[in-house]
Amino acid sequence: MDFSFTEEQEKFREEVRQFLEEEIRQGLWEPTCDSWIQAYNPEFTRRVAQKGWIGLIWPTEYGGQGRSPLYRLILTEEMLRYGAPAGCHWFADRQVGGAILSFGTEELKREFLPKIAKGEAYFGVSMSEPGAGSDLAALQTRAVEDGDYYVINGQKTWTSCSLLAHYFYMVARTDPDAAKHRGISEFIVDAKAPGLSRIPMIDITGTEAWSDLFFDNVRVHKKYLIGEKNRGFYQILHQLDFERSGMERIMGNYALFEAILKFSKENKLSQDTLIRNKLAQLQIEFEIGRLLGYRVASVMEEGRAPNWESAMSKAYSTEFEKRLASVAMEILGPYGQLMPGSKLVPIRGLASHSYLGSKGYSLQGGTTEILKNILAARGLGLPSS
Amino acid sequence: MRLALTEEQEMLRKTARDFLAEKCPMKFVKQMEESDTGYSTDLWQEMAELGWMGLAFPEKYGGGDMSFLDLAVLLEEMGRACLPGPFFSTVVLGGLPILDIGSEEQKQEYLPGLIRGEKILTLALSEPGYHNYDAYSVKLEATPDDDNYIIKGTKLFVPDAHIADYLLWVARTKPEKGITIFLTDAKIPKIKYTILKSIAGDKLCEVVFDQMPVLKANILGQLGQAESAVRKIIDRAAVGKCCEMVGNIQRVLEMTIDYAKERKQFDRPIGSFQVIQHYCADMATDVDGVRLSTYQAAWMLSEGLPCSKEVAIAKAWAGEASQRVIALAHQIHGAIGVTMEHDLHFYTRRAKAGELAFGDANFYREIVAREMGL
Repeated sequence: MDFSFTEEQEKFREEVRQFLEEEIRQGLWEPTCDSWIQAYNPEFTRRVAQKGWIGLIWPTEYGGQGRSPLYRLILTEEMLRYGAPAGCHWFADRQVGGAILSFGTEELKREFLPKIAKGEAYFGVSMSEPGAGSDLAALQTRAVEDGDYYVINGQKTWTSCSLLAHYFYMVARTDPDAAKHRGISEFIVDAKAPGLSRIPMIDITGTEAWSDLFFDNVRVHKKYLIGEKNRGFYQILHQLDFERSGMERIMGNYALFEAILKFSKENKLSQDTLIRNKLAQLQIEFEIGRLLGYRVASVMEEGRAPNWESAMSKAYSTEFEKRLASVAMEILGPYGQLMPGSKLVPIRGLASHSYLGSKGYSLQGGTTEILKNILAARGLGLPSS
Repeated sequence: MRLALTEEQEMLRKTARDFLAEKCPMKFVKQMEESDTGYSTDLWQEMAELGWMGLAFPEKYGGGDMSFLDLAVLLEEMGRACLPGPFFSTVVLGGLPILDIGSEEQKQEYLPGLIRGEKILTLALSEPGYHNYDAYSVKLEATPDDDNYIIKGTKLFVPDAHIADYLLWVARTKPEKGITIFLTDAKIPKIKYTILKSIAGDKLCEVVFDQMPVLKANILGQLGQAESAVRKIIDRAAVGKCCEMVGNIQRVLEMTIDYAKERKQFDRPIGSFQVIQHYCADMATDVDGVRLSTYQAAWMLSEGLPCSKEVAIAKAWAGEASQRVIALAHQIHGAIGVTMEHDLHFYTRRAKAGELAFGDANFYREIVAREMGL
């Protein structure tokens, strides 16, 4: 058992920190909460790509650096710590690239992975539908074969990262007669494809967080099918394990954590016994979440795919970020309700933003209830009936 | 970073688990709770022969030259088995502090006997009305008298003092009133022991020193400057307790899952109901959180890294998370879990004792707050 990073890994962490601190020093962007999914900055993504930090763990032949998962853990932990605007490349780097790598054809790998790694291909993720949320396998969007093409019709919702996306990773039903888990396939769709339209959806913080996507006879060449036809659902499960595998939830609001600690110290609020106690409890809970996240990385480092471990980590961490935001609001008192940009707003409005934003994260990427089902069934072996 | 046990540690775990499954069934635990001494000399000798007492001591005293992290694995198994007896007192509270700060002469005198299973040690730290596990709260005074000190006063919640051969105790040495640790014979008429009836049925004692004279040669470490040594002793004891608690709640989780799979109501196993599944998921999350934070602290202690904050985090979390695990275990077990027929009560009672030992969550949250610079 070893809880430390190697000297080389620590050096890499230092390099990432220096890069990000220099970016902030130059005023290129300001740290925010949930920057990985809400802050899009193509210039930043290009500079990250130049460092070789997109697709860090992919094989070099596809534009990656061939590093081990712990390096990506370090990289993403620091990106999140500094609230860096990584929205353009985050999804492609985290899960779409991995899905292509795991299940895609050689042609698909060669077409997309180098482009993602160069920071030139942004992906949105399009899975849910109005009638298919937690029960994803109930999705109704159809993909029908027509010669060398699939013709896609239907509506997707909660499509994340859709604002600047060049491509959408999406799932559709390819066999309506099979059992619902056995008739689903994964596709890559060009965002500019004829027949594809988008209506943005504004989340509770006022951010354009998602879109509804409408597919009206969208034609997709067969080569853009990822993996095996009708095996999509099983591939998705694998991909979702990776979606949940990172430090996003425990670190996503680190900017707020840091700011409220500083605020409490500067205003001598932390001398109050109750406030001290609450902040210390947050620190303890943060540390537990960090370790649960590290455990997932440690599983990946051993060469295993994360499974119930990432479900546990995400379910825990989304509850932590809700408590973090609540405690911050309590400490700020009536000032806590002030929104970013308001006169008198303390700590740049991070608290109110995070308070509102944190309600959604225990829903997306698997609701806490679904994650506990996964943990109970796959991790603890409890029966389904 | 590798958050799994080494092959050697896995072997140690397996040996310990098999041995304790055979030698320490719940019937035995119950007998020991009801006995006066609280341990079996036969089992004690067998444990010594397995090298358990000496595991984390250097070879030159007869030890196994392994690390505190290895000892942590063993303590977890002991917690899992609810092992009664003075292992924790002797090794964690007695022997390792001697190794930390004892003179070479003291180490030669005390450690080989301890490692061979011939001597039992313990530590007297807490005092009446004493809520905090830190050196600053020690009030017991050692008054100089020629070349000796005279001790008069009471120590509380001293585990296994009634069977101890040697006693470490912490006092304020006059006139400077600095903190000093003494190491003395335990079986002398000037020390009176009363076993307290505690929730875990372990043998916590009241220890009364009645004008006991002590030689200066009995000082362990530095006269009047033992604050940091005491801090280290408490840190290690807190992490050691966490290890036992990991074993405890891991076993409770397993018992609960087994029960939820077997127990049928409404014609189906209760473990197939989502509400029970989510309770179990919550338990597993707490068990793993306690495990990871405990082993992180144990690893840091083992590596000699500064870790006051990590120790505090581990013990604060272990105290509260284990109570949540136990509460859900009882809820899922239903009425059988609150009887003496079922084994769950052994774990419930010990988890509470573990939470209170060496500082609870409130105590450690304040340490975390200080470490955060609040």
